[in-house]
Amino acid sequence: MDFAFTTDQEELRSAARRLLAERYPAQRLHEVADSGPGWDADVWPRLVDLGWVGLSAPDGGGSFLDEAVLLEEAGAALLPAPLLSGVVALPALVGGGADPTRPTALAWAEPAGPLAFASPDRVATVATAGGSGGWTLTGTKDDVADLGAAEQVVVVAGTDDGPGLFLVGLPAARATVTMRSTTDRTRRIGALGLDGTPAAALAIGEQARVVLDAVALRATAALALESVGVAQRVFELAAEHAKAREQFGRVIGTYQAVSHRVADAYVRLELARSLAYRAAWAVETRESDADEVSAQEATLAAAQAKAAAADAAVFGAEAAIQVLGGTGFTWEHVAQRYYKRALGNQSWAGSAASLRALVAAALLD
Amino acid sequence: MDFRDTSSEAAFRAELREWLAANLPAGWAERPPSAGLEDLDFWRDWSAKLAAAGYAGVTWPTEYGGLGLPPTFQGIYLEESARADAPSHLGVIGLGMAGPTILAWGSDEQKARFLPPLLTGQEVWCQGFSEPGSGSDLASARTRAELDGDEWVVSGQKVWSSYAHIADWCILVVRTDPDADRHRGLSYLLVDMHCPGVEVRPLRQITGDPEFNEIYFTDVRVPRDSMLGQPGDGWSVAMTTLLHERGTLGFSLTARLEALLRRLVETARTTRPDGVRPADDPLVRDQVAALAIDLQALRFTNYRALTTLVKTGVPGPEGSIAKLHWSEANQRLSKLAIEILGPQGRLDGGDGFWGGFWAYQQLRSRGNTIEAGTSEILRNIIAERVVGLPRSR
Repeated sequence: MDFAFTTDQEELRSAARRLLAERYPAQRLHEVADSGPGWDADVWPRLVDLGWVGLSAPDGGGSFLDEAVLLEEAGAALLPAPLLSGVVALPALVGGGADPTRPTALAWAEPAGPLAFASPDRVATVATAGGSGGWTLTGTKDDVADLGAAEQVVVVAGTDDGPGLFLVGLPAARATVTMRSTTDRTRRIGALGLDGTPAAALAIGEQARVVLDAVALRATAALALESVGVAQRVFELAAEHAKAREQFGRVIGTYQAVSHRVADAYVRLELARSLAYRAAWAVETRESDADEVSAQEATLAAAQAKAAAADAAVFGAEAAIQVLGGTGFTWEHVAQRYYKRALGNQSWAGSAASLRALVAAALLD
Repeated sequence: MDFRDTSSEAAFRAELREWLAANLPAGWAERPPSAGLEDLDFWRDWSAKLAAAGYAGVTWPTEYGGLGLPPTFQGIYLEESARADAPSHLGVIGLGMAGPTILAWGSDEQKARFLPPLLTGQEVWCQGFSEPGSGSDLASARTRAELDGDEWVVSGQKVWSSYAHIADWCILVVRTDPDADRHRGLSYLLVDMHCPGVEVRPLRQITGDPEFNEIYFTDVRVPRDSMLGQPGDGWSVAMTTLLHERGTLGFSLTARLEALLRRLVETARTTRPDGVRPADDPLVRDQVAALAIDLQALRFTNYRALTTLVKTGVPGPEGSIAKLHWSEANQRLSKLAIEILGPQGRLDGGDGFWGGFWAYQQLRSRGNTIEAGTSEILRNIIAERVVGLPRSR
């Protein structure tokens, strides 16, 4: 039993933390968040150069555990770039021979109906085989995170042979991108209209199901890891303020009503961190040797981690806003950005209640 | 990062599983859970068996009857014991607190004298720290010890002392220098509970069980060499004890919670006399799942703390979380059990479900956030020592 990252992974963490802290001070984060595109397009080539994109692809030199480190640091800095979407979509891109280093969005959900990865057979978007091995897609996808930043979208669509995964390059003549107004301005959501849009097949039928399972598992674990980063940063914001702010002639951190709230944020953070790292290990191990970790074990590990981590991030952000007092409630303070990410992660790809329902079924049925 | 056993860990686990299967009484796994403490004779016998097999002191030095293994193996021992629902060793205070403190501070003579009978359960230990006027604030202890020739003469009163009614020895914090600063006036004695002048009065707890006691010391004469450390070292020695109380406890607490969660699942799946099956209720399902997640979070936080301990020799800050979170999870769990029992949740003893098991657990759990560091003290410790906030006092 060894529950620690390697020296290389810790070095990757330090490098990521340093770079992201330098690049995204509060003011810069606000600028990007309030800008039209809502993401930092200039950072992408830099991330690719550093080898942080497509890290767990066959020639990427890393594994999901390395990506786990980056996802956490991306959460702590609110990195306004589609790193998480790329990590999640990676099994589809790699399996279909697509380039994992381009900014990618994943279109699994539809305006009416469940998340595509939960029941790929109920997808209304239709894929039709065209000439020369190409396909066209028709339908509407919604709830597509990072759609505005994406140069390519992985789309789940139905074929005569079961569900399929397809790649659509953006911009495309027969595709419309409609960005929605999102609470979290650092992770924008859009709807994708497809009307006979040309697409390349990444996986079809049984193979698509296998890839979708891998994608779903990654999504749950990745959101847990990113949420741990968010929880870490808001905990730090609360602790820093509690150490410095004076009222009634005393530092407010000496008041137990304040310090115990901060201690509780720390406890939730560390418990969630343990679950998120364990989920990361389960995903990595399942991907490298499926006999070592069963699908159920990995799915439950990710579900437990995401339920706990998303809640911990929301709890921590609310604690930070309370401890920061009036300042924490302003648009100017960065706490609101983290709070909105925390809430967004809670809602996305399985609420805590729906994830607990999975855990309950495994125990009680 | 790898959660799988190494080959030596896997071998240890397999051997232990076999040993538990061979040594637990026939039909052990199928027995109904019992409310309250184990039968004392059975408990002593079981403790001796554990010691003979080496499992009482997995991490202890071999010269004192331990196996001398890294703490990971202690974790495996506790996990497997919980899985088999095996009784714990009788020396809860001895193994968890007195023993590690004697190992850290004791002379060779003290180690040779006290450790072997502690491991076998022949000698039971209790803890004399809290006093009526001195609970969380240990440095205010007033029980006195004065040197008279070659003996310390001890007078005072201790309270909330578990196992004192069956204990042979007591780790006792006393004030030896009334003029020194609060912390510096304290010393740490090992006191024979069978000495004249020691009187134990059971205290009935909220459960009705007399699990802990008051101890009165009236001119109790204790040999001068019965001290751990020097006069005035009492605070430092006591901190060693409490570090172990909070540090190594995580695994056994989590193991206990795991066993209790299994009982909760079993209870939820049992159809009540009124025809309700609690496991069909979505609100119950949600709470059971939340507790299962709490349990896993504790488990993996223990692993993380253990890795830090093995790599650095110092327990990680994660360890401070275990007792705080366990105690609150344990309260939620047993309260949920009472709730899902419905009307029969009001019955205890022979009339209650499983002989009043849950009624006992639920009431007993209220002590969890008080004993061994109240939740308020633990939050102070986290805020001050881990988060680095200024002291509140």
